[in-house]
Amino acid sequence: MTSPLNPELKRRTLVQATMMTGAALTASGAAQAAAPAEANAVRQPVKHGAVGSSLSRADGAVKVKGTARYAIEQPLARMAYGVLVQSTIPAGRIRAIDTAATRASPGVLAVYTHESGFRINRPKRDLEGGAATEVFVPLQDNLVRWNGQHIAIVVAESFEQATEAAALVTVAYEASEALLHPTDSRAHPQPMDAIKAEWGDAAAAFASAPVKVEGVYTTPREYNVPMEPHACVAAWEGDRLTVWEPSQWVGGARQVISEWMGLDIEKVRVVSPYVGGGFGSKIAPHPHVSLACIAARELGRPVKVSLTRPQTFTGLGGRPRTHQRLALGATRDGQLVSIVHEGWNETAIDDTHVEPTNSVTTLMYATPNLSSRHSIIPVNTVNPSWLRAPGENPSTYALETAMDELAHTLGMDPVALRLKNWADQDPKAKIPWTTRQLREAYAAGAEAFGWSRRNPAPRSMREGRELIGWGMAAGTYPVWRQPGEAKIILHADGRVEVHSGGVDIGTGTYTILAQAAAEVLGVPVERVSVSLGDTDLPRAPVAGGSQLANILMGAVHTAAVATRTELLNLAASDPKSPLRSARVNDLVLENGQIRPSRRPTGGVAIADLLKAVERERLEVHRDTFPTGATEAQRNAGNRSFTLMQPATASGGSAHAWSAQFVEVRVDEDFGTVRVKRMVAAFDSGLVFNPKLARSQWIGGMIMGIGQALLEEGLIDPRDGRVVNANLADYAVAVNADVPEIQTISVGIPDLQATPRGGKAVGELGIVGVAAAISNAVFHATGKRIRDLPITIEKLVGA
Amino acid sequence: MRALEYLRAPDTATALREAAQPGTRFLAGGTTLVDLMKCGVERPARVIDITHLPGLDEVTVSDTAIRIGALAKMSQVAADARVRTVAPVISEALWRAASAQLRNMASIGGNLLQRTRCTYFRDTAAYPNCNKRNPGSGCAAMDGLNRNHAVLGASDACIATYPGDLAVALVAFDATVRIMGRFERVVPVDQFFRLPGDRPDLEHDLAPGEMILGIEIPLSDALRRSHYLKVRDRASYEFAAASAAVGIALEADGRTIREARVALGGVATKPWRARAVEQALAGKPLNEAVIRDAAAQAMAGAQAREHNAYKIALAPKVVARALMSAGGIA
Repeated sequence: MTSPLNPELKRRTLVQATMMTGAALTASGAAQAAAPAEANAVRQPVKHGAVGSSLSRADGAVKVKGTARYAIEQPLARMAYGVLVQSTIPAGRIRAIDTAATRASPGVLAVYTHESGFRINRPKRDLEGGAATEVFVPLQDNLVRWNGQHIAIVVAESFEQATEAAALVTVAYEASEALLHPTDSRAHPQPMDAIKAEWGDAAAAFASAPVKVEGVYTTPREYNVPMEPHACVAAWEGDRLTVWEPSQWVGGARQVISEWMGLDIEKVRVVSPYVGGGFGSKIAPHPHVSLACIAARELGRPVKVSLTRPQTFTGLGGRPRTHQRLALGATRDGQLVSIVHEGWNETAIDDTHVEPTNSVTTLMYATPNLSSRHSIIPVNTVNPSWLRAPGENPSTYALETAMDELAHTLGMDPVALRLKNWADQDPKAKIPWTTRQLREAYAAGAEAFGWSRRNPAPRSMREGRELIGWGMAAGTYPVWRQPGEAKIILHADGRVEVHSGGVDIGTGTYTILAQAAAEVLGVPVERVSVSLGDTDLPRAPVAGGSQLANILMGAVHTAAVATRTELLNLAASDPKSPLRSARVNDLVLENGQIRPSRRPTGGVAIADLLKAVERERLEVHRDTFPTGATEAQRNAGNRSFTLMQPATASGGSAHAWSAQFVEVRVDEDFGTVRVKRMVAAFDSGLVFNPKLARSQWIGGMIMGIGQALLEEGLIDPRDGRVVNANLADYAVAVNADVPEIQTISVGIPDLQATPRGGKAVGELGIVGVAAAISNAVFHATGKRIRDLPITIEKLVGA
Repeated sequence: MRALEYLRAPDTATALREAAQPGTRFLAGGTTLVDLMKCGVERPARVIDITHLPGLDEVTVSDTAIRIGALAKMSQVAADARVRTVAPVISEALWRAASAQLRNMASIGGNLLQRTRCTYFRDTAAYPNCNKRNPGSGCAAMDGLNRNHAVLGASDACIATYPGDLAVALVAFDATVRIMGRFERVVPVDQFFRLPGDRPDLEHDLAPGEMILGIEIPLSDALRRSHYLKVRDRASYEFAAASAAVGIALEADGRTIREARVALGGVATKPWRARAVEQALAGKPLNEAVIRDAAAQAMAGAQAREHNAYKIALAPKVVARALMSAGGIA
């Protein structure tokens, strides 16, 4: 076993590469680079079920069979159904709301509006030590702040009855002037000084730079659009409230719900065993959940509330519109001398969302002079929120497109330009990287893609009536860390249970935690059952920011090691143990058997030991909190972001890295762009399960295709309405848009970053994809599009 | 959703009799009707399920024509080997429409009646004024986000695009619709669809209580050498930015165009026959320059609104490429 601190640790790159891409790749790119001796290491199989093995998803079968029970599939007696009514103007007041026809409609149980007078408390925002991603609470006043704001909820005996009755609500508005676009002259940008960065004299250095590129890069409103729309079931039992909610974070949801309802948090339970996609939109519960709780309380019945697909576009926010002015100055041989950056994102009138457009601008390249500022601009919109790699995504889009422009201006290869400006340490924090396998990513990605065969001239490659473009971009995502807990239970019948409140949002947490426990306890992974997503389980932080796998793998590993120790102690010390005469240091746990290390046979199965010592179960609770952490700290870790450590917390700057390579075909007549193939190399540190990590990476890359070519919330400039609020008109990539995708892992275990050496996976996959595609489109057509998505009208006739 | 009465008709006579009552809609695949009921555009008091009517799901190909029953499924017709041989454009138009799931449900009759995807038309809560829903009430699309709206056949009242693909192929090849009401009648598809004028709510020639029994497509040389090309941002499952249904019949020399058929989709308020392009091609040699010249006439009379001018640039290129493909010179 190679120590992670072994100076030869880069060899692990190759092991990872093969694990990730499977046998089909062994003859290509990354594997070819291996020396013969290392090639042997490549073929060494990881033990079935162990950490690092490509186990299929533990929850796959129940999901395919349709027996996985999602939040609103919770069957409860006497269920009532709530349907929301949303505003149809962007700003003003509700003068009158007529619900007479609604109340008279068949099956209607109740209608609640701002006139009903139910108090819902303002929740604490993430930045204030809370968990909410918006302070807005519905039905508390007659103000309309955006088009599509919840203004009433109708509850009926059936969903259909509630839907029909909701359509009968009539509203008289007193409209006021709305601010709909951040470029409106009446808009007030608010500088975010906390994230500004300045070193050297960027303006002067840019002015005198021999080579300059400068552009404005914009991204539209984008939406998370998970397959499972936002929906919940709320049920009270006395003064105790249970909410079945598709949540990326049951602890946070519990905190927000208890604040809304003014309820002791111990009386709130949130259950979220499965999430049908969140991508950041299910981190905190959104306002409709509060209405489900209120209605359930008032009616004394469980209430199910499901947003319609159109309502999800304004019942919660997606990624805000972003705008970046970016200027790069360089020497004639390609050395950056200055980066000047100014960005903004839109936010809500009474709420705040920051999409830091400079998070990568200040991180990726070495430059002696840099200036970067970011502002937020309030407009009449639902508060925007998190969507896969918030900040890093648009930041990388602008920076990596500008770098491609610089490479073109210099006549330099885009990979060579990036290597020329390699940052030896974190340029902003001025501390070393923990690990940065980005050079390896460039090399492995370029090799597998065949980058060296690229003719750098735009419009130089074609086939028939298609222009061929090859583009690349780098990507990165920080390593976030927040402590969490896990419990392992060994049963006398041989079953092993792993418990944690953390949520599997479809990423594979169920699977990898079983791997972590099975590896240490030496039991078949199939015998480990994992329970997740419930506030009754041990406390865990948010499944977001690509952190949860690292945290829970640490907690479960620690718990498993402690369980093993306890078992061996029990075996050596309990008077009823068959191994009582052995010394604990001579015992090993292997293949589910405890045995003296010098004897290959004659062990005792875990279950048999427990039976012998008359223990029904053995329970071990462990965590990744610092020793001596208080209950208050443990709760804070579970219910807020206050214990979240930044990437620089360990004294090194911890980030995951990637290199994306893309081939596009652009029809020379039509301007249609099709992605023909994608190759990406990722440094996500140690990969716990290559199959599931690949699934996350390609998911991000596919989402990136949508972002680059299709996705755009169309906001009517007259009334702020999202006019394409459905999945036919808001187009995401479908199977036909997705080409062959090759992924390569170049990561090495990074124990300075996380307990088991993993870094970010899920968010990383999308970062840089839009830039790589945009750069490929430029290479194909000679047209530089700096405004996403790259649709037909921007290229037709190109 | 409004509570509604549901009847399953055992035969055509019953269906027609029941359909005479006001507020009644026929239900076949339901892919348009149920969708529009969900967004409140359609609010029938009664639906008559016609999926059990006998004899209306057949596809027959004779020496002179293809006949398709109104209840044949889109996927069924698309996969029919005879149709693919004698009328590739029909099969291709169907394959490129909607998604696999929708094609398995949607009927041919219902497909013709598919209503526009104008998002203002579909958003009944925010835009009560819509000339297609309430004639004379106004149009939000005219000065709104009209990227997907029509540049041909529009009126001051409505610029909503006809969304379908199959009907575009049908108008190009002089197909007819067989309709049953108090009596049976046959209408050319081109006449079946109406221009919006000042009554955009009247989209077609079907009177209340009438039912489509089927369509008939006369066979021709041009139909045998036909092609449907659909261009859109997304590779699948999206309405056309512009599409073209074309066919070419060549003279015995194999190089001269005897007859061309051209119709456009995604750019007009109804399936749009481009006779000017057809006439410009007749008797001309089959080559790219000739085709591009002729295709330029496809947009005669086109009028752009703020966001849809790109369709005027795009559509002639789509027509030209489709013709080149059909002619084997793409």
